[in-house]
Amino acid sequence: MYMPDPGFVRGTLLRRGQLARRGAALLVAGLVAVALGLSGVLVAVVNPVLIIGGLVAVYAGVDRLVWAARRRRLDLLLGLASAWLVLLVGAAILAPVLPLGEHEDVAATITDPIFLEPFTYGDHPLGTNGAGLDMLARVIYGARASLTIAVMAVTIGLVVGSAIGIIAGFYRRKVDTVIGIFTNALLAVPPLILLIVLATVLDPKVRNMAIALSLLTIPTMVRLARANTIAYSQREFVLAARALGATKGRIMVRELLPNVLPPMLSMAVVVMSALIVAEASLSFLGLGIQPPSPTWGNMILEAEANDTMTEHPFILLVPGTVLFLTVYSVNLLGERAQQRWDPRGAKL
Amino acid sequence: MSTEVASTTQAPPVLEVVDLETRFHTARGVVRAVDGVSLSLRAGETLGLVGESGSGKSVLGRTLMGLIATGGTTEVSGTVRIAGQAVHELSGRQRRKLWGPKIAMVFQDPMTSLNPVRPIGVHLTDPLRLHLGLSRRAAKERAVELLDRVGIPDPRRRLEQYPHELSGGMRQRVMIAVALSCDPEILIADEPTTALDVTVQKQILDLLGSLARERQMATVLISHDLGAVEGRTDRVVVMYAGRAVETAPTTELFAAPHHPYAEALIGSVPALDAPPHTVLRAIDGTPPDMANPPVGCRYAPRCNRAQDLCRDQMPLLLDTSPGRSVACHFPVSVALPDVPEVPDGANEKETV
Amino acid sequence: MAGSGTAHLRESDDAVLDVRDLVVEFPVGRKQVVHAVSGLSIDLREGETLGILGESGCGKSSAGRAMMQLPPPTSGSVRFADTELVGLKPRELRRARSRMQMILQDPISSLNPRRKVKDLVAEGLAVWGYDGDDRDGLLRETLLAVGLDPEVVWERRPHELSGGQCQRVCIARALLMDPTVLICDEPVSSLDVSVQAQILNLLERTKDRYGLSMVFIAHDVAVVKNISDRVMVLYLGKTCEVLPSDGLESEAVHPYTRLLLASVPGAEEVAAGRGEAIVPISSELPSPLAPPSGCRFRTRCPLATERCAEEEPQLREVRPGHHVACHHVAVTAEENQ
Repeated sequence: MYMPDPGFVRGTLLRRGQLARRGAALLVAGLVAVALGLSGVLVAVVNPVLIIGGLVAVYAGVDRLVWAARRRRLDLLLGLASAWLVLLVGAAILAPVLPLGEHEDVAATITDPIFLEPFTYGDHPLGTNGAGLDMLARVIYGARASLTIAVMAVTIGLVVGSAIGIIAGFYRRKVDTVIGIFTNALLAVPPLILLIVLATVLDPKVRNMAIALSLLTIPTMVRLARANTIAYSQREFVLAARALGATKGRIMVRELLPNVLPPMLSMAVVVMSALIVAEASLSFLGLGIQPPSPTWGNMILEAEANDTMTEHPFILLVPGTVLFLTVYSVNLLGERAQQRWDPRGAKL
Repeated sequence: MSTEVASTTQAPPVLEVVDLETRFHTARGVVRAVDGVSLSLRAGETLGLVGESGSGKSVLGRTLMGLIATGGTTEVSGTVRIAGQAVHELSGRQRRKLWGPKIAMVFQDPMTSLNPVRPIGVHLTDPLRLHLGLSRRAAKERAVELLDRVGIPDPRRRLEQYPHELSGGMRQRVMIAVALSCDPEILIADEPTTALDVTVQKQILDLLGSLARERQMATVLISHDLGAVEGRTDRVVVMYAGRAVETAPTTELFAAPHHPYAEALIGSVPALDAPPHTVLRAIDGTPPDMANPPVGCRYAPRCNRAQDLCRDQMPLLLDTSPGRSVACHFPVSVALPDVPEVPDGANEKETV
Repeated sequence: MAGSGTAHLRESDDAVLDVRDLVVEFPVGRKQVVHAVSGLSIDLREGETLGILGESGCGKSSAGRAMMQLPPPTSGSVRFADTELVGLKPRELRRARSRMQMILQDPISSLNPRRKVKDLVAEGLAVWGYDGDDRDGLLRETLLAVGLDPEVVWERRPHELSGGQCQRVCIARALLMDPTVLICDEPVSSLDVSVQAQILNLLERTKDRYGLSMVFIAHDVAVVKNISDRVMVLYLGKTCEVLPSDGLESEAVHPYTRLLLASVPGAEEVAAGRGEAIVPISSELPSPLAPPSGCRFRTRCPLATERCAEEEPQLREVRPGHHVACHHVAVTAEENQ
């Protein structure tokens, strides 16, 4: 991604020394603000503002220092996002061997406190839910189910959607019409109805859920692939390939697919977050993984019960924040990857 | 006001550019798209701005307008004076007041510069009502006159039509009418005919010429097409890699170009009266990377007259005769002392 | 003018590319048809360059693509290397036309943005499964032949090259198919003047070196004249005039050709000197959905009479090798004889 030179201020370019001094000043100011905020000397409302503002200042300061020293922009966000994903996926894989609290056996937590607030520095860093289950353990075990289902569903959607979409966009005419009718029909059925129907037909297994959810993504993917295929089919390199004697299959796979796939991947990332939540509604309908076995979706749904949301907002906020951070990180990574590998993005 | 140069017999220039630089800060470094260009233009005069893509001619045109100004990752330095006002010292609001009554622009692509969902009439009456404060009715009458003047048949009916209902040539005529609506003193035409068919190109250029004469308008004609500039401009500035390499009265330039680039550019266009299969005088290589231009003369890597001096020292734009100047250490067909005779090696690369 | 006929075809049958009565029509909307090309006939001899000249919308690009069967023409015949291409099965067609190659207008768009030069140039070889030991050597040799340094461009992608360099890659890619006929569709119109000259010189050199015949499609009279042996002028899908390119600027007689010549910047003096400045009646190109009856140019022609509306002019020889489709010109020429 192109980021402007931070030393370029109001039409003049700062010298390195000036830039470094400004960076250092920002860094110190930021650290002081964060420290003040954490110590809680001031009124409660001011603290979060101080912490956030301080972090921003620290980031800006480090950024300027790095630029002054090495002429490279600091991509802190990218680092944080990668770290988060590595941590999350690592924890999910290693969950059984990690020293975590109880995540689903309600009988084992009968004596544990319920609705314990997070950050109380006890055995339950993220608190406990209404059944006394450890929220941190639930988030990590939930990641296993949620991420697997979402990734599988999106992959099915990508593969099927790009194949159908490229065929529709390349052949046009009757093929396109027929495929159009099917995708539009699929889009016209309200997702909830579709899922209820599937819930009655399929067993609640991870694989089945992935297939059911992929049905929601396929029409969008088909449309996207089709639109891009039509756009790229009109580019002269497709004509040139045909003039060289390339077969239709070769053109679709070798010429069109590499160009159609990148925007679909960006779309897939966005769709994934929707799927994690949609998986929760599947659980609700009895198709998904049943509570108390955790998924991020059914953890979010727990907040719906009675007055949980108003009395214990963290029940929603913990899985919500984890979901938000994950989707944001994947998005950011996808965006950066696209900029890195997109040949056109490389040009100024 | 500037009193130092203007001689008593000539009107002061309506457009004066001194040492203009436009720099873009990009990921790959600073790109000096316009690098120290000076020029002046009097009422009724037509200036041709010639160069290949990437020469900075379009950026120069937009900087003259004030469409490109310092802000974000862009820096503009030097001065552009329109009717005595330094464009880049004005606020955005003041600058907008210049657009229309003082300076106007015609763009390359008449399809994208007209809003597809608004009828032709609105494009014309908006600036009239905004800048001249005309009533709806008066603006409409004026719009009809303008369309008539730019050679659009049945102008009253055209006011209701949408851009897509007109042909490319007609749309460009509308664009010219829009540019003329507030009677500007300066018109900047940026590749006004590039997107048009050959038979229409000539008509549009003729129209611009006759309008400029009739209104005593100063015109800047930006083009990559030497043919479009020849015979339609009073003076020409040849640009290469952001710098003006030669300025000269048009007839003199085409008769005897001084800068090797200008000479090669003129020679690389196939002549209609030359026999078929004539080998063209191509210029070897490609224009330099503007984020990392060569030291010395920017044309030196492609020049068949280049010597060590050219690769070390950037030549300055110096007068060779009244009204002519060239930025070259070893200009073509200029008798300068101690210029070694270089054989005209056409396209052959120097082996020494 | 803007007539049809085959009078301009030469009698010998040594044409490498023989196109007869080519018709290209595209359906648009309800029962409407764009008449892109209406009855075009071409004979291209070995080693010859035929220039096709016309404004946008005259059907010159459609004609070029129809010769390649991309897409196949509505009707007519295209004989290439003694094989009739129209109506051939896709499999046979691919093989039959592999030695007829195309260079397109926009060199950057003609190259897949996600491939490197080494793969782009080898695309034809890959399509046909050629994988000899000399593959890389062949690629390098061809890149050198089109003026690219293989060491420099080998790993580059199209966006890292200039327009001229991309066009050179396209030419190299076509040359690797060992073509006998090269169809160039506006190959220089999107390039800068100095680069344009490089590519024109390169095409000329390549043609000699590889023994090619060329169809060169463009809108620029001077460019077409420079590279062609014969020039064919098209207007709204019909042929106006076919003549040798030598002396084209003074010998052309068709009113439309004269209009094109008069539109060349700097040509005003030439036209004025001949006392025949052509002033078109209307600058609007008629819609190809409903082309004018008779001579298609009559709506813009200063010489048009009733006869032009009723009767379509046929191509006639006005002097050896020079054919014109115009009622008025034909008459004057006969009078002169």
